[in-house]
Amino acid sequence: MTTLVQIWLIFQRAMRQSLRNPVWVIIGIVQPVLYLTLFGPLLQPLVAATPGFPPGDAYQVLVPALLVQLGMFGSLFAGFSLIQEYRTGVVERMRVTPVSRTALLLGRSMRDVVVLVVQGILLTLVAMLFGLRAPPLGIAVALVLVAVVAVATSAASYAMALLVKSEEALGPLLNAIVVPLLLLSGILLPMTLAPAWLFALSRLNPFAYVVDAERAAFQGAVVSGTVGLGLAVAVGVAALTVAWGVRTFHRESA
Amino acid sequence: MIEARGLARTFRTRRGAVVAVAGVDIDVAPGELVGFLGPNGAGKTTTLRMLTTLLRPTAGSATVAGHDLATDPAGVRRKIGYVGQSGGAGTDCLVGEELVVQARLYGIPAAEAHRRAAELVERLDLTGTERRVVRTLSGGQRRRLDIAMGLVHVPRLLFLDEPSTGLDPQSRANLWEHIRSLHAEHGTTLFLTTHYLDEADALCDRILVIDQGRIVAEGTPDALKRRVSGDLVLVGSGEPERVAAIAERLGQVSELVVAERSARFRVPDGAAVLPGLLRELDGAGIAMTSVEVRRPSLDDVFLTLTGRTLRDAEQKVSA
Repeated sequence: MTTLVQIWLIFQRAMRQSLRNPVWVIIGIVQPVLYLTLFGPLLQPLVAATPGFPPGDAYQVLVPALLVQLGMFGSLFAGFSLIQEYRTGVVERMRVTPVSRTALLLGRSMRDVVVLVVQGILLTLVAMLFGLRAPPLGIAVALVLVAVVAVATSAASYAMALLVKSEEALGPLLNAIVVPLLLLSGILLPMTLAPAWLFALSRLNPFAYVVDAERAAFQGAVVSGTVGLGLAVAVGVAALTVAWGVRTFHRESA
Repeated sequence: MIEARGLARTFRTRRGAVVAVAGVDIDVAPGELVGFLGPNGAGKTTTLRMLTTLLRPTAGSATVAGHDLATDPAGVRRKIGYVGQSGGAGTDCLVGEELVVQARLYGIPAAEAHRRAAELVERLDLTGTERRVVRTLSGGQRRRLDIAMGLVHVPRLLFLDEPSTGLDPQSRANLWEHIRSLHAEHGTTLFLTTHYLDEADALCDRILVIDQGRIVAEGTPDALKRRVSGDLVLVGSGEPERVAAIAERLGQVSELVVAERSARFRVPDGAAVLPGLLRELDGAGIAMTSVEVRRPSLDDVFLTLTGRTLRDAEQKVSA
């Protein structure tokens, strides 16, 4: 109970910080909208002409993937704000209070989830202007999946931020991790198009399952093995990274 | 309030183990204002971080505010306040909100948290800043906010790490006033680290001098100064050799130095020997340009205790 109250307190504080600088929330949404406008039209003739694409039109293929991309990129860079708070003594100040270390992490992650779900809704609405058609329940399930992805990546980002403690180190580290994850996830083009070895490699990437699940949800296959597997993988990864994140907040040098 | 025995911390680095604190004993009674004085790198902050549960000691034990550091760190955290070197208020948060959140992190209900925040804002001369973003505060206001944050839960023991570093002289004097009144009016036990001698001298009832991870001396500022062999007497004169010859006859004179236009020496009680000295110099027809008695400073104390001045000790660390 106390921990929940503490999560709420840390969440509110972080949320107020984000709302005071809403420009970052806007910038975060610009990238997927650019993909939507500048990459979506490119995909349209390809989807129609190329065998191997999952069913559905270009936007049913692209938008669910962009949601995952938003979840990965948006939350992955959350750690930068924590480095700044580490440097100004905020983290240390809070660690001397009796507040639960879980709350220190999850309060912040919840802020990232809320920001991300709002961005996801905006992105979906814009996509509908472009002609996206998807069942509402499918979209809702897709957004839940994105929320779980956001918990997983933001917790990992906070853990890495507290370990390296410098923006100069965190940037390259995150890029080194996110580029292979992105390429092997099937976000840009479905992995069903990939040669066998690349497809096999993509199966090692948990986000690939999430992307598959998102696409299935947008097809309306809400109750399906693909969605179930994607959700299970996302929850599993989130559990691991949250445990890691809480541990770094416990660590004495954090 | 604090009872530490053999508290030590060794850091592992790539070049091997580095001893930051080599086993210190610290006793602080309730209501004391104790200073932890030493050059940068002497182990002050490491000790403070151990006492505030931020760093686990590699040896030794301590009871802080009635709770054992090793077995009940959560109990320690509930009872102490801590104001770190880099502050702790979120730079893009509002002053009032940070105070309320800090109080609520200690489990204080919302209404009471607001009441305490308002009270602390007033007490620390921050009235009118509640709706301001922390980043826009002056250095002195920022520091007072940090202290207010450390006081939201009315701790009986407050730790301050280098409280006046980076402040201009006026803000510094103002901060000292606040620290004094905190101690005098509210009876808060204070434990502060500083590498400024004047700060330790001006604020503290008692000083622990730390150098290279060990406590090398402890006592009131006056008692520490008495450990230096007396006051410095400076006589400006065109005939310093003759001044020195007369001074030598005073008895208990040490460190007699003859410079070009002055002579200086130490005696146990400078003020008491001065009248006699002046009479003799005058009787001998020696013209004087100035006379000065200087009480020993803590810099002299540090020099006597460690063979180095504080400044030398710091240069060695930064080199």
